[in-house]
Amino acid sequence: MSAETTRHGEREVRALVITGFGLNCERETARAFELAGARAEQVHLNDILAGLRRLDEFHILALIGGFSFGDHLGAGAVFANRLRARLRSQLEEFIGSGRLIIGICNGFQTLARLGLVPALDGRLFEPQVALALNERGVFRDAWVTVRAEKNCPCVFTRGVDVLSLPIRHGEGRFVARDRRTLERVEEEGLAALRYVDPQTGEPAQEFPHNPNGSWNAIAGVCDPTGRVFGMMPHPEAYLAPWNHPLWTRQRAEGALPAEGGGLAIFRNAVAFAREHLL
Amino acid sequence: MHYRLEISARPGFDDPQARRVEKQVREFLELPLDRARTREVYTLFLDAPVEDVRRILEAFANPVTQTGVLGESRPEPPFDWMIVVGFRPGVTDNVARSAASAIQDILGRPLGSEEAVYTSVEYLFNGKELDAEAMERIAWELLANRLIQTATILSRKEWAETGVPMNCPKVTFQAEPKVREIRLDVSDEELLEISRRGVLALSLEEMKAIQAWHRAHTAERRELGLPPWPTDVELESIAQTWSEHCKHKIFNARIEYTDEETGERSVIDSLFKTYIRGATEEIARKADWLLSVFHDNAGVVRFNDRLSLVYKVETHNSPSALDPYGGAMTGIVGVNRDPLGTGKGADLLINVWGYCFASPFTPREEVPRGLFHPRRLRDQVHKGVIDGGNQSGIPYAVGWEYFDPRYLGKPLVYCGTVGTLPARIQGEPGHAKTILPGDLAVMVGGRIGKDGIHGATFSSEELHEESPIQAVQIGDPITQKKMVDFLLEARDRGLYRFITDNGAGGLSSSIGEMCRVCGGADIDLAQAPLKYAGLQPWEILLSEAQERMSLAVPPEKIDAFLDLAARREVEATVLGRFTDSGRFVVRRQGRVVAALDLEFLHEGAPQMRLRAVWRRPRLADPKIPPKLDPAEALTRMLGRLNICSSEAKARQYDHEVKGLSVVKPYGGVHGNVPSDAAVLAVDQPDSAEGVALAAGVAPRYADIDAYHMAASVVDMAVRRIVAVGGNLDRMAGLDNFCWPDPVEGPGNPDGPYKLAQLVRANRAIYDMTRAYGVPCISGKDSMKNDSVVGGRKISIPPTLLFSTMARMEDVRRAVTLDPKRPGDLVYLIGWTGAELGGSEFYAMLGGVGEAVPRVDAPAARRLYERVAACTAAGLCRSLHTPALGGLGVALAKKAIAGGWGLEADLGRAPARGPDLSLWELLFAESNSRFVATVAPEHAEAFEKTLGDVPFARAGAVIETPELRLSRDGQEICRIPVSELERAFTQTLNWE
Repeated sequence: MSAETTRHGEREVRALVITGFGLNCERETARAFELAGARAEQVHLNDILAGLRRLDEFHILALIGGFSFGDHLGAGAVFANRLRARLRSQLEEFIGSGRLIIGICNGFQTLARLGLVPALDGRLFEPQVALALNERGVFRDAWVTVRAEKNCPCVFTRGVDVLSLPIRHGEGRFVARDRRTLERVEEEGLAALRYVDPQTGEPAQEFPHNPNGSWNAIAGVCDPTGRVFGMMPHPEAYLAPWNHPLWTRQRAEGALPAEGGGLAIFRNAVAFAREHLL
Repeated sequence: MHYRLEISARPGFDDPQARRVEKQVREFLELPLDRARTREVYTLFLDAPVEDVRRILEAFANPVTQTGVLGESRPEPPFDWMIVVGFRPGVTDNVARSAASAIQDILGRPLGSEEAVYTSVEYLFNGKELDAEAMERIAWELLANRLIQTATILSRKEWAETGVPMNCPKVTFQAEPKVREIRLDVSDEELLEISRRGVLALSLEEMKAIQAWHRAHTAERRELGLPPWPTDVELESIAQTWSEHCKHKIFNARIEYTDEETGERSVIDSLFKTYIRGATEEIARKADWLLSVFHDNAGVVRFNDRLSLVYKVETHNSPSALDPYGGAMTGIVGVNRDPLGTGKGADLLINVWGYCFASPFTPREEVPRGLFHPRRLRDQVHKGVIDGGNQSGIPYAVGWEYFDPRYLGKPLVYCGTVGTLPARIQGEPGHAKTILPGDLAVMVGGRIGKDGIHGATFSSEELHEESPIQAVQIGDPITQKKMVDFLLEARDRGLYRFITDNGAGGLSSSIGEMCRVCGGADIDLAQAPLKYAGLQPWEILLSEAQERMSLAVPPEKIDAFLDLAARREVEATVLGRFTDSGRFVVRRQGRVVAALDLEFLHEGAPQMRLRAVWRRPRLADPKIPPKLDPAEALTRMLGRLNICSSEAKARQYDHEVKGLSVVKPYGGVHGNVPSDAAVLAVDQPDSAEGVALAAGVAPRYADIDAYHMAASVVDMAVRRIVAVGGNLDRMAGLDNFCWPDPVEGPGNPDGPYKLAQLVRANRAIYDMTRAYGVPCISGKDSMKNDSVVGGRKISIPPTLLFSTMARMEDVRRAVTLDPKRPGDLVYLIGWTGAELGGSEFYAMLGGVGEAVPRVDAPAARRLYERVAACTAAGLCRSLHTPALGGLGVALAKKAIAGGWGLEADLGRAPARGPDLSLWELLFAESNSRFVATVAPEHAEAFEKTLGDVPFARAGAVIETPELRLSRDGQEICRIPVSELERAFTQTLNWE
């Protein structure tokens, strides 16, 4: 079944959530796509590698959070290695056909290790950036404030301004191969998300607002098309208003939002797919 | 071919791992050090050309941040010392396992039997003042654990001469598989010697029961081809089935109880049956939501029409004492398998943890040789549970730490897991399962090695310096995660009939228990997948190698089951069949090596008979310094180990994965104040039906009276749920006892007193759970928490953890402890009494006292119902229940959490008894109290809803960030919130 046909004959956006080998955010990520109006499927990587399912059945691919292969050899390394060795051509076709990929946390680490973001000069499968061990050397779960860059091609962050989201990682420090690569990322406006000081809204270089020591406070980065995007914070962990750590205070102030802020990222993806890929 | 891959930080890129080592060497070992560097080394034994190995190296080293070298590099600048840390042969090496996966993907073929990957880490040190002795300390007090790791120390000179020795911890022992008959026609002394030498932990009475049974069944055994006396396979199986760990002999003992205070003399036939199960059975008559209690791996309660909740809490104390990292990790991934092995297998939803340690600031010279320093122990236990829980993708919801010098000998490591079971699976109740004769016995998951042999009998023994190294397992969360994912898929497709976990006792225990369901089993150990050759049959049967489940699979489903397992890269092996022969038959290549009579195995152990004597201890109140300043006292209290914030560690545990978190473990504007309880949605992130979880622990009260300790602990765990907006309607409890050895003996003369404490704690649970209508649905006990090291015996204080879980109909009604707005009113609810006995305040002053906090359960229940009515109506802006440190600490924590100031007149607090002292008002740990803040417009409705329960309006939330406490208008203290916060967060401030 190709992506364009559906069981009911209506046009629906289909999202693929790849599972297995220690990934663990499949349920909430699938739920996020569903709340955003897509049909989401959770498929084990091995079923794709075995040819039982294909990437091109879907419009959006989510590489999700978790600990693929225990983060051994570096977060995302072994999983990226498997994708590079056994799914390379499908990935190239998927990106080439204008579809969307989001990598969240472990998924971002995998995208970076695969070289699918930032993919400067359209060079795929050549790592240009990395998510290194946090500056303080330990895993951290905390809510941070991120701001989406306005002049950025990223499809997923369109119309998003400032967001509260949790980070949950030990290796999230955004670094580039060299200073020139970092400059190119900035020049081309690919730094889609930055950690900011919640008071000033300005990019934060200091702990805890910049939780890991990321260069230029970069929390998420996309490729030049804006259709492949990786981010360290977890938008799928803020689907309900009451996920926010201070939601009871927001309630007391009459400022509790109608839905969790993370949903916007998924709504953007589904809207783009509906407009361009159906 | 042998290859060495060496990976280090690229020049210009940081090495945070080395920075952490530097910090620990300087701060913890107090050794001078200029610089540390690290490099990861992979030793490959690979039948592949060097070009392939270069491709592997490219994939292993991150080209952005790392440099990879094939062979060995010459570090620039040169180092002074090097420490190489690798694993001992046979120890689980999780990184090597993932590396092997990656190599297979690169080569496009599986690794051959002679091919292998080993990992090691090389630490390079620079420091002119570092000498060989300092390096020994860094190696063994910081980097490596002798039990599981090797550490090679090289000076620059030694290294220049020899280079780094090759790391090849291959298991090479060769042993012929042999089955021995253990002759029991020997003297009593020799019987005991057999038990002692074999670490069987069997008493003389038990040995004689085994002797007698075999005497009477010689003919029957001959027919099976077995010798008259038990084989080692049989004796080992009996020993582990009868171990304290598996059989709970003390909890099931016949106890003669004497109360010297009242003159009571009574006989208790099983504490468990009388008090724990007894109370639950009474409550169950009115609670139709209890689905399965006490007989499966975890308790099951109904959540809604579609889902049930499963909960189990375990301890993993002895292994954590020996290998804090691996032991604690095994604790968390091990308890995950309890819900997974409950009913038809539960999805794993939430983890909880709690630890008891000696102070991390214990002077080094006070730590007996052979024991880890409590700071290292604490760091490593946290790390083990962090890695185990995070890598399994299960958020934690409740975590706590408790410190007392008496945990120096043995730390307590509690880990628990909540799961969800579909109410119905393939048309059948999810919590029920069965086995039919003819079903296949299948083992799924990791392979069998020498890991954890004698874990069950070992944990029933005191800890000695020479405790066996096999008793340690290391968890492998990723192998387990793959297995869990596979099993849940198989469950939903109805591919198996029964599932249980392989924990203590391994196959002997899991298959042995499964035999009881259908009446027998017949398995062949030759089928069992091994990590390496050379295991004896009894070792295969008893191995506690982790990440394994045992299942019964109907023959017609086996092909589909094995096919799915293969596609998910999970090992599954048919070991044999279930039967109705009345025996658990074990073979090796067809030949019978054990035929265990099920009735004898499970019912043949003689009931233990014990003596308990209660004599109330006389304990003086400490002297309160006449000039003690309340502000200073409160600030010091906030910094005490049992009160201060553990946030620095707690943040390293994922508590958000699954996106269900509603009230997080730590709350407040800076996220550093522990919540009373956690609240999570259960089904989907956006669903409103949820669950609240809390815990209570207060070992020091047991120094006065274990009855009131246990009553207080139950009350704490119950009221904490009420404090987040929960109620008692659908609340369940779990009891976890960790006790010093209560069995009288030559080395344990005060056994009868400790047993009396156990009796009293059980009676309190019986009274409290019935009064609150909160049934225990599962529990566990660990009864030998003593250690004898260097001739010194250290016993833990009697420690009861009571965990509560309550359904919350609507998580949007949840309440947190942080005051929300200035102008809101502060209410004190519940009686404060002259109850400083066993308090943190008295402990700070160096005493215990006798006025232990008590619980008036009927009154408390009424109070909880009224408070719950307030939260259900949305009348509380914030709510918190005081525990250790009393009202003073509770108000301070609220101020820190809110970021606003608070003023409160403690003179208005409802007081039980006249003329409470200032210190009693501030720090008495009276149970069943709350501090609430309420919007002025809700005050009238709030007071009306509380009705006739004791409460008082005592102050207000104020704009100025200051805690202002007074008594009858007279100021007690006035402290800036920032100062309170500093005191509260500075004690345990390292990550």
